[in-house]
Amino acid sequence: MALHTLLLTSFDAFTALSQANHFSLLASHFSPNAALIAGFDFSVFLRPSPESALNNLSYLLVGLGWSLLLALASWVVAFVIGSVIGVMRTLPGRILPFIGACYVELFRNIPLLVQLFIWFFVIPDMTPLLGDWFKQKVPPIWQEFIAGTACLGLFTAARIAEQVRAGIGSLGAGQVGAGLALGLKRRQVYLLVLLPVAYRILIPTLTSEFLNLIKNTAVASTIGYVELAQRSASMAETTSRVYEAFAAGTLLYAILNLLVMALARGLERFTALPGFLGGRR
Amino acid sequence: MFFDWSAIPGALPILWQGMIVTLQITLVGVVVGVLLGTLLALFRLSPSRLLSWFSATYVTVFRSIPLVMVLFWFHLVLIPLVVGLLFPGRRLELRFITALTAFSLFEASYYAEIIRAGILSVTKGQFSAGLALGMNRRQVMRLVILPQALRRMVPLLLTQAIILFQDSTLVYVINLDDFFRKAYNVGNTVGTLNELILFAGAVYLVICTLASGCVRQLHRKLTVLTVK
Repeated sequence: MALHTLLLTSFDAFTALSQANHFSLLASHFSPNAALIAGFDFSVFLRPSPESALNNLSYLLVGLGWSLLLALASWVVAFVIGSVIGVMRTLPGRILPFIGACYVELFRNIPLLVQLFIWFFVIPDMTPLLGDWFKQKVPPIWQEFIAGTACLGLFTAARIAEQVRAGIGSLGAGQVGAGLALGLKRRQVYLLVLLPVAYRILIPTLTSEFLNLIKNTAVASTIGYVELAQRSASMAETTSRVYEAFAAGTLLYAILNLLVMALARGLERFTALPGFLGGRR
Repeated sequence: MFFDWSAIPGALPILWQGMIVTLQITLVGVVVGVLLGTLLALFRLSPSRLLSWFSATYVTVFRSIPLVMVLFWFHLVLIPLVVGLLFPGRRLELRFITALTAFSLFEASYYAEIIRAGILSVTKGQFSAGLALGMNRRQVMRLVILPQALRRMVPLLLTQAIILFQDSTLVYVINLDDFFRKAYNVGNTVGTLNELILFAGAVYLVICTLASGCVRQLHRKLTVLTVK
């Protein structure tokens, strides 16, 4: 009987949750005191989750997968646009560096949450044809994913642009001059001389940018994206095991963090150039 | 596609209330964050292995968790737990306290790293010089190292404050009515959500751009001073 009621209530809660547009409603429905009694209960992870086909552990792991997917997609956007903007800021002339600077200021000075809401609510309304298609034809999860990717991608791009600019700046003007004197075009100087070294120097800072990006994906929970933080909270609500749910969610974030750091260290060793900082001599 | 900005003038008093909440969170976050951060940085650099380990763990833990998760932890687990122990059986309105605590403790970990880097940027020679003059470690820290380090860190500390000001919008997830949440609510009630979101974004943009411009000026000034 207990399991039956649990299933029923969790199902009701979940339908209510998916009908309600906003995830943060969850916090207000919720009475926190219930779960704080007694010790850590591992069996809760094996009980059915709001998505009844999965148990709670797989429910969280799938959430982690969605977080990672969003982070990777945003990273691609951020890396490409951030590199372009960063290079623009180092070019001679007035206009291109100015545009680059405006981009960085704009995206750095508006809170991430506000940017996300602009991408999710405002932009589809402002672009009539594309927006209508977006709102009517795209499944909700992908709407959230696309808005999240655009938002996190362009937001992180502004930060990567600053790193790329600093990285190129740290190489010294001599390299540009040498490249140009050898008859390379400016584009070739960037692609063949500056960027390959700059990216290598930047691996540690870009890694911490990627870690920030993973953490920032949690903001997408506010538009109902089913990532890890959101799933920890809804597991906490349906099972009333707040402590277990958040401990597991936090642990998964920490593990992902460690994995990324280990991978980045490997990448750094793999790409190191002889003679440069950290390279073999 | 047409915008209707008419709801905004009437909503300004409500939005201002929200802005006060935002500013309170920012102010408390910065003050408590810097104090705790300094303490953590000193722990980290202290010869005691236990203190140093504690500080390192604190910083790593807070920096590897998303702020949204931290807010959930405080809102749903930690604050109810503490309040349940202190005032059993009473239902209190705790969101504001939750936000203040969460942001103070969270920012402390970020400030700790900034301050530690600042302290390390003062040369080791000065430390030895202080010791050689007969001061003890605490005096060297208080009279020689920290005054220089803090001055050097001011721009970074202020930049972090601007970040905190922006991050305070995340109290959205614990339903606390800060500036953005108020704007969102007004937009929802009146039916001009897009306009209110854009307006809130513009307000943040103006404030943060001005503030970071000031920080840059200050940075330039301080650099000149230290060169002299």
